Amino acid sequence: MMWVIIGMAIVTAIPRLMPAFIVDKLNFPRWVDRWLNAIPYAALGALIFPGIMTVKPDAPHVGLIGGAVAITLAWFGMNIILVVIGAITTVFLVTL
Amino acid sequence: MEPNAVAVTDQSVRMTMIKRGIAAGFPIMLGYLPVAITYGVLARQSGLSNLELTLMSILVFAGAAQFMGANMIALGTGMVEIVIATFVLNFRHFVMSLSFMNRLREVSLKWKVPLSLGLTDETFTVSSLHAKEAKETHGTWFYGALILTAYISWVGGSFLGGVLGDVIPGRLSQSMGIALYAMFIGLLIPSVKKETKVALVALLAMLINFFFSLFISDGWAIVLGTIIGGGCGVFLLKGEEAA
Repeated sequence: MMWVIIGMAIVTAIPRLMPAFIVDKLNFPRWVDRWLNAIPYAALGALIFPGIMTVKPDAPHVGLIGGAVAITLAWFGMNIILVVIGAITTVFLVTL
Repeated sequence: MEPNAVAVTDQSVRMTMIKRGIAAGFPIMLGYLPVAITYGVLARQSGLSNLELTLMSILVFAGAAQFMGANMIALGTGMVEIVIATFVLNFRHFVMSLSFMNRLREVSLKWKVPLSLGLTDETFTVSSLHAKEAKETHGTWFYGALILTAYISWVGGSFLGGVLGDVIPGRLSQSMGIALYAMFIGLLIPSVKKETKVALVALLAMLINFFFSLFISDGWAIVLGTIIGGGCGVFLLKGEEAA
C-alpha cells in the first residue's frame, strides 16, 4: 500500500515541479506569455463544466441551479465567501 | 536603531502578506474541508488505515486523484494502473504550474519548489487571480500562506474523516459538494466583468473539455480544454487584461 501512495505522489509531484526548473532556462516569446496568462481562465472554464453537473450525479440540474445562483451573486459583486455559502444553501434547499 | 527599524517594517510587511494569503485561502478551506472529510471516510472504507490515508493527503495533495486511488484500491486494482491513472488525471497541473511559475519568474528556486508542489486546481486558480501580489515585496509569503491554508485544511480534513467518520450530516456534505464550483465561478465572474472576452475563453474551454470527455478520459479532456481554450486567449486577450 505504501508503494502505491509513493508512486501516486511521485507522478503527481513531477508535473507540478518541472516548470519551476524550466521557466528559468526558457525565454518565451510574447504570444506564449499571453497563452500562459490566459490559462487560468481556460482552466476555470474546464474545471466548472461539465463537472458541476456531478454535484448530484443522478440530478444534473441541481449543480446547474447552484451554479446559476453563484453567477448571480458574483455578478452583483458579492464576496467570494458569500458566493460559496449562497450556492451551498441553494443546493441544500433544492435537494430538500 | 536604524537597521532594527527596517527589520521591523520588513517583518510587518511579511505578516500582512501572510494574513492576506490566509484570507485568500479561506474559500478553499471552506470547499476542501467537506471534500477531505468525505475522502477520509471513503478511503477508510476502501481498506486504507488512518495513517495511510492521511499520508496520501500529505504526499499527493490532489483531491480527485485520491478519490480515484482509494476507489481503485477498494476494487483491487494493481499498482501500475493506479499510478498511471493518477499521472493522467494530474497532468493538467503541469500546464497550470507552467503558467504560475512563468508569473513567478523573478522568484528564487527555493520558493518556486514548495509553491509548485502545493499547486492544485484551487490554489492555482486563486493564486492566478491574485496576480498583483507576484510583483509586491514578500509576495511569495502571500502565495505560501494561501497554499498552506489549503494544505492544512486538506490534510486535517482527511484525518478527521478517517478518525471520526462522517462528522458532517450527509445532506449538508452533499450540498457542500457545490462549494468548489461556486468558488471557481466566484473567481471567474469579476474577471469577466472587467473583460468580456475572458468569458469566451472560459466557455471555449468548457465546450472543448465537454466534447473530449465524451471520447477520452476526464484527465486528458481537462488538459486539452485548458491548453486549447488558453490558446484562444492568445488572440482574444491582448496585453494587460490577461495578466
